Amino acid sequence: MSQASAALETVFRLEHGRVLATLIRQVGDIDLAEDSLSEAMAVALTAWESGIPENPGAWLTTTARRKAIDRLRRAVNYTSKQAELMHLAQLEQDENSPEEEELAVIDDQLRLMFTCCHPSLSQDVQVALTLKTLGGLSTQEIGRAFLVPETTMAQRIVRAKKKIRTANIPYRVPAESELAGRLSAVLQVIYLIFNEGYLSATGDHHLRRELSTEALRLGRLLTSLMPSQTEAAGLVALMSFHLARFDARTDEDGLAVLLEDQNRSLWDHETIREADRLLTNTLEAGGSGPYVLQAAIAGVHATSPNFDETGWEEIAFLYTQLHALQPSPVIALNKAIATAFSTSAQAGLSEMDVLSEALARYPHFHAARAKLLDQLGRGEEARQAIGAALDLTLNAADRAHLEAELRMLEN
Amino acid sequence: MQYALLIYSEPGEPEDLDAVVAAYNEFTSNVQSEGIMVAGEAPHPVETATTVRVRDGAATHTDGPFAETKEVFGGFYIVDVPDLDAAIAVAERLPGSWWGSVEVRPILDFNQAQ
Repeated sequence: MSQASAALETVFRLEHGRVLATLIRQVGDIDLAEDSLSEAMAVALTAWESGIPENPGAWLTTTARRKAIDRLRRAVNYTSKQAELMHLAQLEQDENSPEEEELAVIDDQLRLMFTCCHPSLSQDVQVALTLKTLGGLSTQEIGRAFLVPETTMAQRIVRAKKKIRTANIPYRVPAESELAGRLSAVLQVIYLIFNEGYLSATGDHHLRRELSTEALRLGRLLTSLMPSQTEAAGLVALMSFHLARFDARTDEDGLAVLLEDQNRSLWDHETIREADRLLTNTLEAGGSGPYVLQAAIAGVHATSPNFDETGWEEIAFLYTQLHALQPSPVIALNKAIATAFSTSAQAGLSEMDVLSEALARYPHFHAARAKLLDQLGRGEEARQAIGAALDLTLNAADRAHLEAELRMLEN
Repeated sequence: MQYALLIYSEPGEPEDLDAVVAAYNEFTSNVQSEGIMVAGEAPHPVETATTVRVRDGAATHTDGPFAETKEVFGGFYIVDVPDLDAAIAVAERLPGSWWGSVEVRPILDFNQAQ
């Protein structure tokens, strides 16, 4: 790829969501907007040979709009729907001033986000549509990221767009009364995209990192559009803290490195400082929802000089808060681990014992318990717990970790 | 735009029939006075159903509903509202959604079908 076409690629990728969001409102149909945008990008390839215009987004929007008008004019005949005629009439009217357009663009991106994450679409569809429209990822890339054949992913997206059109899912930001529920669906989709990149054990490293980065970009976009939503800001801080540690989490062979063994100089400390500022502002603004609390926990880890000097007391407190909002045995386990560090192994173990039924099939439970039993000098029970964890673990890297621990216990 | 609100619930008479009838009456008169109700009907109980299939020109008639599921079709409304969000909001007010479920389906407009 030449330098010029690489630059174009970057501009297209950056402008894709913004331009598409506006076009969808103007032409009233996702497919028509996408086709017109592709045409405009094809024109740009030659038109921009001598240089990229100052405002490439505006250039693409105007050109794509004209392409949409051409397409609609060609399609207009006696079977035309009222809606198509209406859109054509609107499109042919004078354009808005650039200032008006700039304001509208912000709302358009929110509209597109909420439409892609509409509750009448299933979550895998919400994820795919968000990545396709706002992220500008190709169907092939999305399929690869979620280990789904490209044709399956293409069908999924086609069906979703058809449903949006046929069932008339509105293109708008939800009213205040339903905003909380609808926003949490959008945040969930963004976090799902992030975790697909951050946690998935398979897939190529580059694509996974790109997915996580894209999720962070979408989250930042959402917080810039809805600055008063503390949960959105909490999610951005949470993803930033995680992303700052992305490269330290695997060794040269691609095997996972536990938090306590990570080389903290490999962490991206500038990103951590930025996330910490955002978290502080969010907490000051009264944020106390699940994403804010998870960000606060990640923040304590990310800003501790080393594992032993981690603020375990604060982490235990934050997990208690989180558990009150979202009761779950896994959160209770994390709280128990923090208690073990902040108070005593015995105190942590007592908290864990309450969970033994709920987490009987959860390997991390047995592994965490084994560590505390070992510290308390209960070697035989520790070995049994590691054995239980091994019985439940299939992942080769995790097994290797557990087997190494078992050998240490036996010596 | 018109949407069908298809009501599904477990067969059998509800324990508190009077309250159910009152809730439906209230819903119906509300959507009527809001000017969004196009139609609304309910069939006799599922025991009266006959399912018709024609394959290769031959018809088979089966006693009972289309599928043996726990919840059966119990009635419908057609409402005329701007978009899916508005239709879903009406469905949430429909008593059938409080104990059974309501399927929201856009109505095909044969005059504008492509």
